[in-house]
Amino acid sequence: MIQISKLQKHYGRIHALRGIDLNFSPDQVTALVGPNASGKTTLIKCLLGMVIPDGGTILFDGKTIAGDVGYKNRIGYMPQIGRYPDNMNMGYLFGMMKDLGKGRVNGQFDEDLIEAFSLNAMFGKSMRSLSGGTRQKVSAALAFLFKPEVVILDEPTAGLDPMASEILKQKIQKEKEAGKLILITSHIMSEVEEIADSIAYIVEGEAKFYKKITEIKSETGEERLGKALFHLLR
Amino acid sequence: MNKIIKYVLHDIFRNRILLAYVILLLLSSLGLFMMNEDVTKGLSSLLTVLLIVIPLVSILFTTIYFFNSYEFIELLVAQPLKRSTILLGVYTGVGISLLTAFLLGIGLPVVIFDGTVTGWYFILSGSLLTLIFVSLAFLASVITRDKTRGIGISMMLWFYFTLVYDGILLMVMFAFSDYPLEKVTIFLSCLNPVDLARILVLLKMDISALMGYTGAVFNQFFGSLFGISLAVSVMLLWIAIPILIALRIFKTKNL
Repeated sequence: MIQISKLQKHYGRIHALRGIDLNFSPDQVTALVGPNASGKTTLIKCLLGMVIPDGGTILFDGKTIAGDVGYKNRIGYMPQIGRYPDNMNMGYLFGMMKDLGKGRVNGQFDEDLIEAFSLNAMFGKSMRSLSGGTRQKVSAALAFLFKPEVVILDEPTAGLDPMASEILKQKIQKEKEAGKLILITSHIMSEVEEIADSIAYIVEGEAKFYKKITEIKSETGEERLGKALFHLLR
Repeated sequence: MNKIIKYVLHDIFRNRILLAYVILLLLSSLGLFMMNEDVTKGLSSLLTVLLIVIPLVSILFTTIYFFNSYEFIELLVAQPLKRSTILLGVYTGVGISLLTAFLLGIGLPVVIFDGTVTGWYFILSGSLLTLIFVSLAFLASVITRDKTRGIGISMMLWFYFTLVYDGILLMVMFAFSDYPLEKVTIFLSCLNPVDLARILVLLKMDISALMGYTGAVFNQFFGSLFGISLAVSVMLLWIAIPILIALRIFKTKNL
């Protein structure tokens, strides 16, 4: 569904993406894993058109995303750090997003997470006054709001309390079973093991491998994913 | 785009700074009109406010607003909205707000106290100046990521157009005073929107006689319908060009 080929990106002198080739298909959860500053977030931002790549192509359903915005109707995105207009209150923010995204969903919006996180109770609060974790909950709820076919979550559970992160993981599981393409980045291997089917390992702007977790485990003969990766990369 | 404009307007109209701006403009225009018995005198004093305060507030308010709504813009970019729609939406929202503030604070008093053609030219120049400096502010904002630097560039632009440019112009005219410079001066004036605004108003005030021979040439040129339409078109270009460049930069900007 998403085909990335030879993707390049420079930030001034920094060569952030050095020819990434990856294919993501629906019905599964893929985890982008790699050291800090390896280009995961840049890759995601390229997918969303927030960063314009210098070279290579990204195809969404066979069509290039360059110069197009329509494909974003089918993507939900949860940023690593959700930053929202300070003087908006939460209810207004959700109202605005629904208003801007009118026509993106047939029928009802997906408000599962708003309910599960009981964000309704905080609708009167201004975004400025929210804690980091609550902002994350808002971001997560927004990512699923329009029932997108592709959900991209950048370090979804960082900063979430244990309850909330369990709720989010269950939601991810549920959406995967509904046939969605889910892309996450994470540094927590136990979590990746729990929710993802495959791993795309990115180092210094290159995709080192893209494998099923079961495959990685059987290749290395390790039970724990963290250990298996450690073996594989040494 | 209409939705974006709506949300920007909703956001700005709750902003106290805009209200303070309207009150400042109202106080200065009412004060100047009431202190001067002659309306024309009041208008010419108000011209200083028009040429200095309006550009300053327009460019600063817009730059600060742009950086403060960076999160909002980022949020919109991840949505299925064209970048040009987003930027033009925010531009229109800010433009409408500042224009409304100007029309309430200065336009209304001018119409009430003066009401002549000069007054209308005054309002036209002020409106164009507002939009020009909003446009310049967008350009200053998109070429940098840093708020402080953005505000710095804006201040430099304002400083340049209101003070430095005229200084350079005077120096050129002084150095080449032996040559007939009238036509060159007309051309050079077009390179500064603040000068154009000043000329548009001053020539309608019939005090161009005070400006000597150059004034006469100016009067002849800018007093004609052709001259006026040229001045207005050049000012419209001053609105369009910076925002178009800003748009081009914004389209490939990394967020």
